[in-house]
Amino acid sequence: MIIQFINMKKVKHRNSASSILGLSLALLLAFSTTVFSQETEQPAAETAAATASDTGSGDPANGKKLFNSNCAACHKLDKKMTGPALRGVGDKHDKEWLYSWIHNSSAMIQSGDPDAVKIYEEYNQVQMTAFPQLSEAEIDDIIAYTMQPKAEPKVDNGGGAEAGAGAGASSGGIDTNIMLGALALGFAMMIVMLYVVNQTLRRIAEANGIELKKESEKRLPLWKAFIQNQFLVLVSVVLLLLVSAWFAYGYFMQVGIDKGYQPIQPIHFSHRIHAGDNGIDCKYCHSAARVSKTSGIPSLNVCMNCHKNIGEVAESTGTPEHSKEFYDGEIQKLYAAAGWDSQNMKYTGETKPVKWVRIHNLPDFAYFNHSQHVIVAGVECQHCHGPVETYEVMEQFAPLTMGWCINCHRETNVKMEGNEYYEKIHEELSKKYGDLKQYTIAEMGGLECGKCHY
Amino acid sequence: MASNKKYWKSVEELNPDSSIVEALKQNEFVEEIPVDEFLGDKKSLDSSSTTRRDFLKYVGFSTAAATLAACEGPVKHAIPYVVQPEEIRPGVANYYATTIADGYDFASVLVKTREGRPIFVNNHDKAEVDSSANARVIASVLSMYDSMRVQGPKKGGESIEWDALHKDVKAKIQGAKAAGKEVVFLTQTFASPSTSKLISEFSDSVGGVKHVVYDAISEDAALDAFEAKYGERAMADYDFEKADVIVSFGADFLGDWQGGGFEAGYAKGRIPTDGKMSKHFQIESNMSLTGANADTRVALKPSEVKIALAKFYGYLSGVSYGGQLSEKADKAVKAAAEAYKKANGKAVVVTGVQDVDAQALVLAINEQYNSVAFDAAAPLKVRSGNNKAVKSLIADMKAGKVGVLVTVGVNPLYTLADAAGFEEGLAKVETSVAFSMKEDETASKTTYVAAVPHYLESWGDVEIKKGHYSLMQPTIRPLFDTMQFQEVLLAWMGNDVSYYDYIKSNWTSGVLGGSSWNQALHDGVFKSETSLIFTEVPTEEGAEAAVVSTSAGEYALKLSKAASSGMELVLYAKTGMGDGQQANNPWLQEFPDPISRASWDNYLTISLADANAAGFENWNVANGALNGSLANVTVNGVTISNIPVLVQPGQAKGSVGLAYGYGREAGVKEEMKTGVNAFKFYTDFNNVQSVSIEKAAGEHEFACVQLHNTLMGRGDVLKDTVLGTFNTEEPEVWNPQPMVSLDHQEVPSTTVGLWQNVDRSIGHHFNLSIDLNACTGCGACVIACHAENNVPVVGKSEVRKSRDMHWLRIDRYYSAEETFAEDVEVVENISGLGESLSTFGELEHASANPQVAFQPVMCQHCNHAPCETVCPVAATSHGKQGQNHMAYNRCVGTRYCANNCPYKVRRFNWFLYNGNDEFDYHMNDDLGRMVLNPDVVVRSRGVMEKCSMCIQMTQKTILDAKREGRAIKDGEFQTACSAACSSGAMIFGDINDTESKVAELKESDRMYHLLEHVGTQPNVFYHVKVRNTEEA
Repeated sequence: MIIQFINMKKVKHRNSASSILGLSLALLLAFSTTVFSQETEQPAAETAAATASDTGSGDPANGKKLFNSNCAACHKLDKKMTGPALRGVGDKHDKEWLYSWIHNSSAMIQSGDPDAVKIYEEYNQVQMTAFPQLSEAEIDDIIAYTMQPKAEPKVDNGGGAEAGAGAGASSGGIDTNIMLGALALGFAMMIVMLYVVNQTLRRIAEANGIELKKESEKRLPLWKAFIQNQFLVLVSVVLLLLVSAWFAYGYFMQVGIDKGYQPIQPIHFSHRIHAGDNGIDCKYCHSAARVSKTSGIPSLNVCMNCHKNIGEVAESTGTPEHSKEFYDGEIQKLYAAAGWDSQNMKYTGETKPVKWVRIHNLPDFAYFNHSQHVIVAGVECQHCHGPVETYEVMEQFAPLTMGWCINCHRETNVKMEGNEYYEKIHEELSKKYGDLKQYTIAEMGGLECGKCHY
Repeated sequence: MASNKKYWKSVEELNPDSSIVEALKQNEFVEEIPVDEFLGDKKSLDSSSTTRRDFLKYVGFSTAAATLAACEGPVKHAIPYVVQPEEIRPGVANYYATTIADGYDFASVLVKTREGRPIFVNNHDKAEVDSSANARVIASVLSMYDSMRVQGPKKGGESIEWDALHKDVKAKIQGAKAAGKEVVFLTQTFASPSTSKLISEFSDSVGGVKHVVYDAISEDAALDAFEAKYGERAMADYDFEKADVIVSFGADFLGDWQGGGFEAGYAKGRIPTDGKMSKHFQIESNMSLTGANADTRVALKPSEVKIALAKFYGYLSGVSYGGQLSEKADKAVKAAAEAYKKANGKAVVVTGVQDVDAQALVLAINEQYNSVAFDAAAPLKVRSGNNKAVKSLIADMKAGKVGVLVTVGVNPLYTLADAAGFEEGLAKVETSVAFSMKEDETASKTTYVAAVPHYLESWGDVEIKKGHYSLMQPTIRPLFDTMQFQEVLLAWMGNDVSYYDYIKSNWTSGVLGGSSWNQALHDGVFKSETSLIFTEVPTEEGAEAAVVSTSAGEYALKLSKAASSGMELVLYAKTGMGDGQQANNPWLQEFPDPISRASWDNYLTISLADANAAGFENWNVANGALNGSLANVTVNGVTISNIPVLVQPGQAKGSVGLAYGYGREAGVKEEMKTGVNAFKFYTDFNNVQSVSIEKAAGEHEFACVQLHNTLMGRGDVLKDTVLGTFNTEEPEVWNPQPMVSLDHQEVPSTTVGLWQNVDRSIGHHFNLSIDLNACTGCGACVIACHAENNVPVVGKSEVRKSRDMHWLRIDRYYSAEETFAEDVEVVENISGLGESLSTFGELEHASANPQVAFQPVMCQHCNHAPCETVCPVAATSHGKQGQNHMAYNRCVGTRYCANNCPYKVRRFNWFLYNGNDEFDYHMNDDLGRMVLNPDVVVRSRGVMEKCSMCIQMTQKTILDAKREGRAIKDGEFQTACSAACSSGAMIFGDINDTESKVAELKESDRMYHLLEHVGTQPNVFYHVKVRNTEEA
């Protein structure tokens, strides 16, 4: 029964990839296109553009750079964002119009240019940032980039297989597996061969009339010998008891300690992408950690600050484990929860608050304050939460036991310098203990029961 | 010991043969643990259906089940906001300044909200305008989370839409006007400029509405007297701090007299500084909170109080007035008059006698002698009810003249003596609308119930005192489908403005005079020189009210003719329950009355002499609880049967008292239907009634805590002295340090200790100072402690078993030195057996007119704590900051600590009060739980709990300072009790900060610790009570 429960608990943890390696190999082969990045796609598209573009006196490569640094915050090539999709914009408006629009759109709107007013009205009367710093040549480059035809998704099977093989070769895990498989096969064959040889030899011997000597004399079976040796029995029973006590103790001590707890969340939020790849500061989203006892799970409006404009992830964000489509789907879940209509770029008001599964569960009788540790003591979030920026799925890093807290309080010095609050206390402490400069939290009364239990 | 006074808490203690008092001294629990009952009877054990095998099966099964259940932790969810409001940060409290104005309590308050829900109502310490939040105001936050609130508009018990109600009532009002019938608003006192303006606008829009203001407990006489003299329907304000001599004739000004709120000023004058403090004479019938604080208290029947007032004026003016007073009372009145005269304007006289003559006389005296404490220029506006108007309304209703009746914030079917008459009239009113938070006695009989929000969900403005404005702002979105009266009026007028905009435009155009609206809203209060007031046209009845004689002498003459007629009943309002609006508030029900220490009840208070004569008894049963006889009481032909009788020391002979606010029938939970409705005796709005009392069969079980948690006979906890001794003698005389013998040498007990001293000189060291002179016993701290620390309510039967959970109790001690001194003289002069027999019978009993002292006692946070030594699991331990910590999760419930505590301040959780249907109080319903403080753990069953010196508050103050990188200023550290104490009796702070107030107080000569000789070295200290009874 108990074992079953442990198993149930384990189910929650996302199992390591090892058990599904075979499967993943197959998947890799099948979906190898996902390994393509935009970079690989690019040269083909560029060459295509070079031939197709006749309007373009501009340089699409430079245009792409400029587009990404200036325009991409509000525009995409093929999708409406804050502003319209820009592919083929050179066909929609003449160049002069575009120059003056980009240099100063508000002047155009005020002057009553019908096209300008129309766009202004269509996009919720949001004015486009003026870019007077862009020269006309640079704008030409950008237009050249936008005039490139859309690259068709590649369905080249041959290439895919090639890429898959490449991926397979570079992946050490699969290689070992194959080798292990081959080895196992070899062993099995050897066993079969030995058996066959043995059988054959016996048959030959029989045929030759040689009598094989049988070990007929009775020897005392091992277990009986063991039982008869009372000392040995005693020692092993004691050993057995000690070992089981050790394991029982270990088992009971881990009850309620959820280190490594990694529940499946309603929305697959990847700290790796946000805090790791994009380097967003922890406290940008968990802003309450600065002032409050709780770090605060960000409200959805915080997510939407960025995700209003980030409706899908870049191709390169996808991993073998989670594809781009998977992540895009998760962003759609966020939109559904926040009630965001990404087509019309506005809130519908129909919200579905997200029921996150709480990972760090401190009992009610223990008081913990984030701001005390994060701001006063200047402790890094990672100190207790682990390398969150590498976590694809969030998990509990620290055991969160009282011993763990106490230990840190014993070892860590109070950060007194530069804090006026500690001035008088530090002065008095120095007077009492001599020239000691550093005091641990424990010495400041940080181990007292009532500091955390009330 | 300061004096050889005998202190006692209960009349029972005066009985030398009482076994119960002895038992309580010796044992923590009077009852034996019933082991024999359980295991001694072999027969019942044999016949029990649970065999040993079954028992083992159950044990085995439950152990296995518990083990299995423990293996898997529950999955917890966290649901963040979709759009988080800017001002809310999870885990950080927000504070809003607002105002309570429920028609009975008016005060500026500061409301603490967490995650958008109010959890604490406290004194608004920054308010310039008088504000002292009393126990009821602090408890009012729980009344918002009341599961008995009406959750939306109703018609005949069925829920309807607001639009339907608006449409119906508007039509009915037009119909009534067309039919020539009256439309009447019967409301509480709003004291709200905007509401007044709105009502008169509405009246104009429909062609006349009669507005009758009705106070449940009337101050009509004071209002009439003031109106006649000053032409404004208000009440004079008094600042008792400025008075050296205070003479009160039946005015319970520390209670709810004229709206209350005077204790802060009073207490300031009571602290002896430079050998001076105010002298307070109290002439009254019931033992009131004010009387308990007085230096000289004379207990007289109500009729005699009137005579005493006349004589007081006589002594002042040199005219002699008739009327009979006992020699002693006469002497006291004369002394008061002389002191008043001598004070040369630094004196004040007040009266609570509900008689226009008495009220007018007091106004005349104060004005004649230029009392500095008396202020008629900026009077109080917190009562404005008009009894004549109410009476004529009832007559009109009965005559069928009223077409539409709208009641707001009043409950006449409960609070009117003539409730039957009102009900008869109500039946003849075609349409009636009750604006109410509850389906109370009145709302359940009206055609419509308009559900109104609590004041913490409403907008409003209040003018507590002329020129002193305060604003009411919502601190939470309305919990239910409610609409406040003013919003409804606007809707009925077809006005689209919200009431918020309405107030704002009134203020910007009238009150603010150019100051910022946002600043006023932030402060919650605004003092204006220009008094722009939207006065309503007074009803005719109000205008003719003031037909009174003109000269002070005439008032006095009339008063002196007051006739006594047998037993007199004085109705009064209890500190906890007030007028009974908050009867469904478990905090207030369980709040022990400061004087009687009884909770969950009202009762007939009677003097011991009268009780003996009539055969009434109080006795303590085996478990220490109090029982009493029952009485049938008749006033003007109305009889209430089986009123419990409580012998009240200090009750004037020939008078009995009964509190309002109990006996609610509708809109309250079953548990809260306690006591009897004293309003039935409130005939003609007169709180004094001639009464006949007869003994009834049976007995009543009180939930009275006065004998609970005694100090095991150690005594010597209260020190008091008189001003003369205090000024002339050395502190050793009136505040002696206990000495103990060490190596055959007498040394101060503080120098000897069983425990090692810990160096506390670095960092903070918290101390709490309690000045017994400033403490009026009002109990605001008790409720504040409940609210801050999630203290459970246990209910009447548990309180009876000494299982009350109050972390902070206010002990009330009686003592009787003066009365004894006279007796000793008499006894010494006895000659012969015959005379001795008769003389002893005549001697005044100690309980006739005792002195009273209040002493708040909570965990003393001993530096050498006896409780810590005996805990087998080290669940209670000491912090360097002086707080005695209690780790609930470590406690296994041996209760050794409670046994070893010399102060009896530890409380044991006998039950899971937050998860047991037996305790149907706020912690057991989802709405009530919203009041819980998320920073303090809710204790479970089987653990010990006690005062933590609000460590969550001190820790927060420290953390805020650390985060902001600054030193902590004095006054930043607070506990819930010290913050709630408006009288300044409780001062909390860090004694390592030598500049702090508390460090200064610790050096005072008056400072002493409880049971100093035990050597516990507490971090709570007291100041010797000084009584101003003997001049130096």
